[in-house]
Amino acid sequence: MSSSVSITLNQCSRTFAGGTTALQPLDLQVNAGETLVLLGPSGCGKTTTLRIISGLESPDKGGQVLFGERDVTALPIEQRDVGMVFQNYALFPNMSVADNIAYGLKIQRLPRAEIAQRLDEVMRMVDLQGFGDRRIDALSGGQKQRVALARAIAVRPKVLLFVEPLAALDAKLRDRLRIEIGQLLRELGTTAVYVTHDQNEAMALGDRIAVMQAGRIAQLGTPQEIYHQPANAFVADFIGAVNCLDVISTRADGGLAVHGGELRASHLQGVSTVYCRPEDIQVVPLDQADIKGTVVQSIFLGQSQRLMVDTGNASPLQIEAPSRQQWPNGSAIGLALPSHVVFHPDKPTAPVDAKEAANG
Amino acid sequence: MTVATKQPSGAASYLSRPPAMAGPAQRKRLIVLLALLPALVIFCAFWLLPFSRLIMMGAEADPSSGISAYLTILTHRQYLISLATTVGLSLAVSLVAVAIAGVAGFFLARQRFFGKSILVAILTFPLAFPGVVVGFLVIMLGGRQGALAQTSLWLFGERWMFAYSLAGLFIGYLYFSIPRVITTVMAACDNLDQSLEEAARSLGANTWQVTKDVIIPGIAPALLSTGAICFATSMGAFGTAFTLGTRLSILPLNIYGEFTNNANFAMAAALSVVLGVITWMALSLARRLAGGNLGASV
Amino acid sequence: MKSRLRFVLQLSFTLLVCLFMIVPVAMSVMAGLTENYFVGLESGLTLRWVDEVWHLYADTIWLSIKLALACLLITTLIGIPAAYGLLRSRRRWANAIEELLLLPVAVPGLATALALLLAYGSYREFRGSWLFILVGHVLFTLPFMVRAVLSVMQTAKLPQLEEAAASLGASFRQRFFGVIIPNCMSGILAGALMVVTLSIGEFNITWMLHTPLTKTLPVGLADSYASMRLEVGSAYTLIFLVMVVPLLVAIQWAGRLTEQRR
Repeated sequence: MSSSVSITLNQCSRTFAGGTTALQPLDLQVNAGETLVLLGPSGCGKTTTLRIISGLESPDKGGQVLFGERDVTALPIEQRDVGMVFQNYALFPNMSVADNIAYGLKIQRLPRAEIAQRLDEVMRMVDLQGFGDRRIDALSGGQKQRVALARAIAVRPKVLLFVEPLAALDAKLRDRLRIEIGQLLRELGTTAVYVTHDQNEAMALGDRIAVMQAGRIAQLGTPQEIYHQPANAFVADFIGAVNCLDVISTRADGGLAVHGGELRASHLQGVSTVYCRPEDIQVVPLDQADIKGTVVQSIFLGQSQRLMVDTGNASPLQIEAPSRQQWPNGSAIGLALPSHVVFHPDKPTAPVDAKEAANG
Repeated sequence: MTVATKQPSGAASYLSRPPAMAGPAQRKRLIVLLALLPALVIFCAFWLLPFSRLIMMGAEADPSSGISAYLTILTHRQYLISLATTVGLSLAVSLVAVAIAGVAGFFLARQRFFGKSILVAILTFPLAFPGVVVGFLVIMLGGRQGALAQTSLWLFGERWMFAYSLAGLFIGYLYFSIPRVITTVMAACDNLDQSLEEAARSLGANTWQVTKDVIIPGIAPALLSTGAICFATSMGAFGTAFTLGTRLSILPLNIYGEFTNNANFAMAAALSVVLGVITWMALSLARRLAGGNLGASV
Repeated sequence: MKSRLRFVLQLSFTLLVCLFMIVPVAMSVMAGLTENYFVGLESGLTLRWVDEVWHLYADTIWLSIKLALACLLITTLIGIPAAYGLLRSRRRWANAIEELLLLPVAVPGLATALALLLAYGSYREFRGSWLFILVGHVLFTLPFMVRAVLSVMQTAKLPQLEEAAASLGASFRQRFFGVIIPNCMSGILAGALMVVTLSIGEFNITWMLHTPLTKTLPVGLADSYASMRLEVGSAYTLIFLVMVVPLLVAIQWAGRLTEQRR
């Protein structure tokens, strides 16, 4: 495998004709061998960022793209030594599976024997042995994406780029291919940038995730950091589900009065809203509860159920509860919110309280 | 107009480019330019330039009236009548063709029966018959030895003819319009979302109501568009009129007459420009409504 | 019962329209093959008229074929790049340019021919050669080639395929000939058939541009309708139909081919 290379974007912005800004000036470093996921809602600039890295798109004047030490800003995509996997596969319908995969190798004018050997190697890697002579339109969606993947890695690119490669597949297949892509990326050790709007994909594949919003990076960090220490309300809300609790007043002892009860969260002094994830809230007997409320709706999800609890808060709290227990609408429920699960983007998170953790 | 603030998804369109960029975009732009260049050069040299001269020539003085040929058209009865005749004839043809071929086209698009493809073939093949051939076919129908003349001779002892009159033109224009409408209507019916009809049925609409409320509104743009194409084609149809007789007073024959018989270039140019503007407007309307279909003059 | 009646009514109506379309063609074919049309079929079938047409008008047929092929060559060479250029241009520009290229189709052929005559008629050599007619045919058929190719390019997701090829290191030349052309073959085929058919049948421009030495098939047809007996005109029409109907069948077949690809 060719040695992997780091990617650096310096002050890359992108303005479209008509003045729409797709990307604010952006600095980004992708370490050699790392998989970076660009995650965000549609229109956030993630695809534009990737297209700038690929060379399909150019940054506005002043922007700079480096592969390792080398400035590639002026190079078109065909000279950048990248491999790219597209959402709609972009397989050449006029060529067979093998011809598609070997296309880049033929462009490189590799000797015939080497092409055959590499073809064999990558077809094995993506589990497509025996499919070489198939026509493209005779393949299923998952097979097509494997061919696309094989085609991109066959040239042994310095950088692998993925544009929502799984978005066109159904859920089961998506999960399977996601795992396979993850294994492949680890095996190859190639620097990879992966664009998706699916947070599960991002969590599973990214060494780091850049959450993007409105042409900016809202947060850059490991999946754990992004999930547990979201940098702002947007990230907290975009990744997973989150409850916002209005703080009514701060007690002298550090407790926060919220609708339905009080939280012990001395690390969150002076905020007007606090956040916590549905799965971090525990259902407890009423006499041990931090907050009390009434169940207004329960949604059965199979492995768990989601309860909507009215505590007087602006929006009902969402709680992840075991799926076998039953809470009829209107029943009273007690909730415990240990201090380490309650957070605010501007404040550090509280350490896990050993005693509480043991109790939970 | 305010600038659209919503960028269509993250997938940036390379159709739009910013004023300044740091990368290989210039090369891409050069390729696009080079690709378009040959076609544009030929177009400019052999159409745009000559046609601009034609437009200017039309402004020159008409020898008989002494004023600009454009003004002469507007002020002389003879030209106005011929203009009105041509427009009226073309409108009538378009309406009748849309009505006839609309019914037949819808029927063919929706029904399956043995021999349907033969009917479709019969109805669409004349699409590429040149106007002269259509004119000749009208003679076969309504000329001195035509079908009508022979039938009427046998039944009533006299020859009935219509080929060399406006009626002959009408039939001829109808002949080349019907295939156009049928192909468009069939395509439009195929593209019509079947679930709309099913939805209307599920709400209790009967066949007539479904036709009136769903199908006709659904294919209305196609009908209008194909009608406009028929109109433009009929306006400019020279071959058919030429075959059927040069004494009829319609615009294409006027142009031909002014040019070859009277050598009145200014008037021929002015009439051509007027005719061109009318057909171009009709076809633009058609494209705006439906897009794609070019329509060819006969 | 009611729907049965409606079906029969609509079918009869459609059949009537079919009769209207086919009867004159059938009559013409018959007239071209009968000894004497006045007398009718009992005068006997003959190829005499076809033979006579061939003697009188063979050169018009050859010229039409030559023109159609030359026209095809030129529209292919400039039309495919033009379609690609339009595909890759900004929407607004592409629309404007396509609108321009369409003008020779939107404006009656008579007007285009007149403009050409007034602008270039004084160049005797050019005016008298078949190339003068070729110019008219290219102007008229080019939009059909461009549109056919462009519409396939748009549905084939060509921009994406081209990006994929570029990401694998293919230069523009390699992409154009290895990916773009092979993937819009069906459009090129449809466009080519259209160009040939239209060129062979073109009359409005050609009639104004032709000289006694550069008569095409439709010009000869008009000539024979005006000055020959009905059987000769019919036989000539028959020859024209024999040339054009296979092309029309091929166009329909190509159309179905492109539709299947979508």
